[in-house]
Amino acid sequence: MAPVVQIKDIHKIYESGEIPVHAVRGVSLDIHKGEFVALMGASGSGKSTLMNMLGCLDRPTKGTYKLDGIDVSDLDKNELADIRNQKLGFVFQGFNLLARTTALENVELPMLYGRHRRLSAGQIRERAMHCLEIVGLANRADHMPNQLSGGQQQRVAIARGLVNEPQVLLADEPTGNLDSRTSIEVMGVFQQLNDQGISIVMVTHELDIAHYCKRNLILRDGVVVRDEAVPNRSIASNELGKLKSAEAAAKLIANPVN
Amino acid sequence: MRFTTIFRVALRALRRNTMRSILTALGIIIGIGAVITIVSMGNGAKARVEAQVAALGQNIITVYPGSFSSGGTRGGFGSAPTLTVEDAEAIAAEVEDIDGVSPEVRDRNQVLANGLNWSTNINGESPDYPYIKNWNIVQGAMFTDQDVKSLAKVAVIGKTVVDQLFPNEDPIGQTLRIRNLPFRVVGVLDVKGFSLFGSDQDDVVIIPYTSHMRRVSRRSNISSILVQGKTSDKLDVVKSRIEDLLNQRRKGREPDFTVRTQEEIAATATETSKTMTLLLGGIAVVSLVVGGIGVMNIMLVSVTERTREIGIRLAIGAHDRDVLLQFLIEAILLTVLGGILGILCGIGASEFASAYFGLPTLISPTSVLLAVAVSTVIGVFFGYYPARKAAQLDPIDALRYE
Repeated sequence: MAPVVQIKDIHKIYESGEIPVHAVRGVSLDIHKGEFVALMGASGSGKSTLMNMLGCLDRPTKGTYKLDGIDVSDLDKNELADIRNQKLGFVFQGFNLLARTTALENVELPMLYGRHRRLSAGQIRERAMHCLEIVGLANRADHMPNQLSGGQQQRVAIARGLVNEPQVLLADEPTGNLDSRTSIEVMGVFQQLNDQGISIVMVTHELDIAHYCKRNLILRDGVVVRDEAVPNRSIASNELGKLKSAEAAAKLIANPVN
Repeated sequence: MRFTTIFRVALRALRRNTMRSILTALGIIIGIGAVITIVSMGNGAKARVEAQVAALGQNIITVYPGSFSSGGTRGGFGSAPTLTVEDAEAIAAEVEDIDGVSPEVRDRNQVLANGLNWSTNINGESPDYPYIKNWNIVQGAMFTDQDVKSLAKVAVIGKTVVDQLFPNEDPIGQTLRIRNLPFRVVGVLDVKGFSLFGSDQDDVVIIPYTSHMRRVSRRSNISSILVQGKTSDKLDVVKSRIEDLLNQRRKGREPDFTVRTQEEIAATATETSKTMTLLLGGIAVVSLVVGGIGVMNIMLVSVTERTREIGIRLAIGAHDRDVLLQFLIEAILLTVLGGILGILCGIGASEFASAYFGLPTLISPTSVLLAVAVSTVIGVFFGYYPARKAAQLDPIDALRYE
């Protein structure tokens, strides 16, 4: 089967300053359906730039990018918007939910812009609700983002990313703003989705978070320096159990719940 | 994206930020309301001044006698007894484009009635007088040509005289005495108030000029001749016709009269009215600018602070057109809603001002239209333009916008 993401020797050069910045210098990458990839690297390694190109938010200066068999390198702005809408799901570090808008309405948002599907308001609501159920927030559908914890907000964002049944879910440091426990919970949601066959690419600079993924890519100075499968990956439900026991031991919570 | 969906999204966005929407609309409401109120108050004041000018009568030409001189002492205008009833009759008979003539005989005299007395102006006039002066009779009627011919002892009196002599009764049919002659009151003039020059125009008793000349003042000449011109554009022609006629009647003697049109007399008043119009225009422009800047600011701020929202929408697949349409609809909804409320507020405030402060107000449709047009254009432009700028950003830049 053809890879979902097929990148050949892409470059990104920022010309905005006096000196052109060569952020990505020739990355080639295939990501197949059902993969769970972590992009890692220090600040300035080009991982965010690569992520933006993967997400069709930014165009490569050079090289080709095929997403689900479609060459997106020379699509115009609106065609890229449609690709983002139909084939990609986004999860951002800062959640990027619309303020003063209920969780449900936030999740409905991508379906309002869908070009190919014509769904009724009822169908849209139903699908959004279904995605909230997947991330375990069905009972919070009417809450505003400011009434939700960081982890819950990120789960709403994940539900929003899922709602148009994307080929790839892209997550840019999804745990960057979360504490370790909530991070594990969010990674649990990702693992669960991945188990259902959804391909996920995420950027992180935390090793232990990357350890929940199946494949780790390490970037340095705009090139991939390491690309390996994670041998013994962490399973979120196990880790959460461990954490709970540890917290119970430290009297942080009342009693370990099994 | 379907239009209905965008419309729903726009409505949702407005509802979501109720406070911001209200504040934005408030800017428009106040902008439009202020312009309408101020212009209507200005218009009312202007109308009042114009009414005062109109109350002088319109298209009036007055013929005054020349100056009298005796032994080197020269009297002022009107001091010479050179105008006669025949002059007035000649004007009425021969000059074209006139609507009425009234020979005037003026005098001050003590008037008695009801055991009360009052010193007032006794004016001898023709029955054309109320028409020429644009002055209604509110009770009874003007005396007739027959009264003039028969030297009838009838009088039409002003409101001040009514108040002074007949404080508690119907003056019609009552008798007042001038120089001990009984005059029957046949009519009461409408309240005219003070003239532009400060005299009480209602303090007057009007009797037939013939009665005045033969019975009251016992003189053979008249004080002046009032002529009503038909149209304002022919006033100068009529004026020179009168001059020609009177010169002809004087058979080559030095002209011993002066003819003035009311335009000359009312020039000051017209000037005042012009100044008011200018002032009004200035105020309207300033209010429009102030209101417009208010609308512009709040729109600019509220759209600019939503750059991130635009970024989110773009990132998850909105076309820039979708975003633009959304903001356009929002801006139109706000400005239309604010416009309607602004008109209502403006009308309300005008009514309030006229009811509680006695300010005359006159709502001008032009000002309403202008205010609504200007703030709508400004509101829509500044709701749309920053959104357009944001929608043209790359989604990542819009997302990063703080």
